[in-house]
Amino acid sequence: MSEHHGPAKGIKRWLFATNHKDIGTMYLWFSFAMFFVGGFFAMVIRAELFQPGLQLVDPQFFNQMTTMHGLVMVFGAIMPAFVGLANWMIPMMIGAPDMALPRMNNLSFWLLPVAVTLLISTFFMEGGAPAFGWTFYAPLSTTYAPPSTTFFIFAVHILGASSIMGSINILATIINLRAPGMTYMKMPMFVWTWAITAFLLIAAMPVLAGAVTMMLMDIHFGTSFFSAAGGGDPVLFQHVFWFFGHPEVYIIILPAFGVISEIIPTFSRKPLFGYSSMVYATASIAFLSFIVWAHHMYTTGMPLAGELYFMYATMLIAIPTGVKVFNWIATMFGGALTFEAPMLFSVATVFLFSLGGFTGLMLAIAPIDFAYQESYFVVAHFHYTMVAGAIFSMTAAVYYWLPKWTGRMYNETLAKTQFWIAFVGFNLTFFPQHFVGLAGMPRRTPDYALQFADFNMMSSIGSFIYGFAQLFLLYIIIQTIRSGKENADEKTWEGANGLEWTLASPAPFHTFSTPPTVK
Amino acid sequence: MASIDHESYYVPDSSSLAVFTAVSSGLLIGGFAAGLNGMTFGEGGSVGWTVSVVGLVLFLAALFTWFRTTIVENRAGMASAQLKHSYVLGIQWFIFSEVCFFVVFFGTLFYVRNLAGPWLGGEGTKLGDTQALWGGFQYAWPMQFTPQEIIGVNNQVPANNGIFVGAKELMHWNGIPLINTILLLTSSVTVHFAHSALKAGKKAGFNLWLAITLILGFAFVGFQALEYHEAYAELGLTLESGIYGSTFFILTGFHGFHVCMGATMLTVQWLRSMMKGDFTADDHFGFEASSWYWHFVDVVWVGLFLFVYIF
Ligand code: HEM
Ligand SMILES: [Cu+2]
Repeated sequence: MSEHHGPAKGIKRWLFATNHKDIGTMYLWFSFAMFFVGGFFAMVIRAELFQPGLQLVDPQFFNQMTTMHGLVMVFGAIMPAFVGLANWMIPMMIGAPDMALPRMNNLSFWLLPVAVTLLISTFFMEGGAPAFGWTFYAPLSTTYAPPSTTFFIFAVHILGASSIMGSINILATIINLRAPGMTYMKMPMFVWTWAITAFLLIAAMPVLAGAVTMMLMDIHFGTSFFSAAGGGDPVLFQHVFWFFGHPEVYIIILPAFGVISEIIPTFSRKPLFGYSSMVYATASIAFLSFIVWAHHMYTTGMPLAGELYFMYATMLIAIPTGVKVFNWIATMFGGALTFEAPMLFSVATVFLFSLGGFTGLMLAIAPIDFAYQESYFVVAHFHYTMVAGAIFSMTAAVYYWLPKWTGRMYNETLAKTQFWIAFVGFNLTFFPQHFVGLAGMPRRTPDYALQFADFNMMSSIGSFIYGFAQLFLLYIIIQTIRSGKENADEKTWEGANGLEWTLASPAPFHTFSTPPTVK
Repeated sequence: MASIDHESYYVPDSSSLAVFTAVSSGLLIGGFAAGLNGMTFGEGGSVGWTVSVVGLVLFLAALFTWFRTTIVENRAGMASAQLKHSYVLGIQWFIFSEVCFFVVFFGTLFYVRNLAGPWLGGEGTKLGDTQALWGGFQYAWPMQFTPQEIIGVNNQVPANNGIFVGAKELMHWNGIPLINTILLLTSSVTVHFAHSALKAGKKAGFNLWLAITLILGFAFVGFQALEYHEAYAELGLTLESGIYGSTFFILTGFHGFHVCMGATMLTVQWLRSMMKGDFTADDHFGFEASSWYWHFVDVVWVGLFLFVYIF
């Protein structure tokens, strides 16, 4: 029994961890490592695109880079990062002693390195790594796929199993382990967004598993799910993939929304504006995310009625999303604002994510998407949502809770500098991509026409700056852990509210063994 | 489970179960992938299979130890009411995720039958594009002649692969499938009787009803195997018989796999009850979870029977 003991010593502490904080820490470091792996691939891509013509890598390898970049970032970096946050914060935010199923929690984590090993090993196989894009459309991923695709398929299965177990754990924790008085409508927004995200994961990951299973069958067992010759349909793959894929993008963004819904009130010194509307907006986004998937398929071929339906349904998402954005703005309105690093990143998230939302609306309009699809405009759109939405808010979260995790304060000047480097780097990278995209530059290409040269060079320079900002972030974190100013205050931020700020800093190994009472 | 007892919340000691499970499943699955690649692309297969089998043994050992540990802990009274409720939530959400998994394959069936198939037969096209590729193909379900068969393998566009030959004969619903439906539906009732007996404290009745359930369940698996044998040997219905064979085998195959899992789970519960005297009227989560799973498998079968066999 472990009510009062501290962590085990050495490597066993991590291998055999059952403590939500230790497991959260592993998730966070793992995802940070993957962020650098995926980032390295991105640097290769941008280096090749620095100038027109083929300079550094051959096209086949370029495609492997884009594919693995997308896969590693989505499944290796962003998703585990937010699961790590959930592990650390949810028990402390709802006054629970740990996650509901601690040993399974450890399994969810340790499946990730296993899956990533399978995925990365494909680079060293005959025929190279998968090169069919992170959306792995059939028949590129079946008939024309390299043999390593089998390993990719199983990596996806394991990642899915990990996500499903992680989500079951999170839901069980939220449903079952809230402290007395912590009613659903008193839960912090971060907990709410994760509850809904976990639901989305449990519903969507099996769909992805189904898609890759059918691929596996087509490759190895002679079925014809995605082959018209046998009566199947390659377009079926896209339907199944996007039925997972669109909920997936909200899986990525909802916890990010949760994070900034915690941070903005703190630095506005006001409670979150429209708490209950935030909850309902999140829930409606989750619902809508299941009925809009074919907006990724306007040009693949669909009956006109389908095009119209998916167009209008997609545009509906702008309503709950708009509710959220306006609520954040209303929270700041009239507040006593200060702009420490977490707040800078959060405000940037609101601003830049909204831009990504607007381009999303443009893409949602079917006739317009006919012109924009598969262009760099799409690349710009989803990086504004996923990088400026998810990664920026993740960075905000790290700065915000680092003092709670480590008991030490990061260096505010360095952090602010890091923000501005990241902000400039990000926008320099992705803003010009709107223009080259509108002018017709296709995505997933190692070479391009001469008229796109200037903007691409800007993009590449921006991306190196952004990459540097991440190394800088790593430095700041390590510096904080090793020699940051000790900060034992329970409440790091004067405007902060919530149970996690009633605990000592660093948070003790076991917290809330006896639950607090929430009034 | 209303009395939530926070004070005695059980945080387990650090444990090697998870790492062991993760690594063994990595071996199992990585080896399996290598084996498959050997089979299809002809390299390094046997090493793969060996690794996979070793992984499987270790994985099963890990699962066995894991469940054993939880059961022992429960017997020692370490599981609080709150933890038990977490288990309940866990299995319920797990079954929900399984439902979503089957939704994919039912959705696939629906899409192929109602949309893609007719389009392939030329419906709704203004340019006649599918007919340009697959001229003469007429859509019918079950699809006995694949588009490839109609135009001839050599006339198809190169992007297509494989040889897809439709089934010689079709599967009927009123033979084995009907028997299996009766078996599985009955077993859902008997497992419910077992549950009621247990809640009434009648252990003998519980053991008996559960045994009957198991017999029904394993009979189902046996008939399913027989049906597959007939499909391959007599009907010419195989994985390669185009989309009809593909959807047929993926739906019935995954269902059959789930029946095996459910039956194994129930067997374990039966052995626990018979050999160790586990389960009381108000403490029988292992059985309850397995029986929920069993009902779920049953419901899926009803969907299969209706949409794969009858309609
Ligand atoms: C207002 C909300 C949003 C709308 C209306 C929207 C709409 C769209 C549309 C119509 C496309 C298809 C473009 C094409 O391929 O031609 C698209 C692509 C994409 N969106 Fe969004 N989106 C929204 C929010 C998001 C969010 C929150 C994320 C992720 C965090 C996201 C990630 C993506 C990604 C990754 C793709 C590209 C997929 C690919 O082809 O590789 N979107 N979006
Ligand atoms: Cu989408």
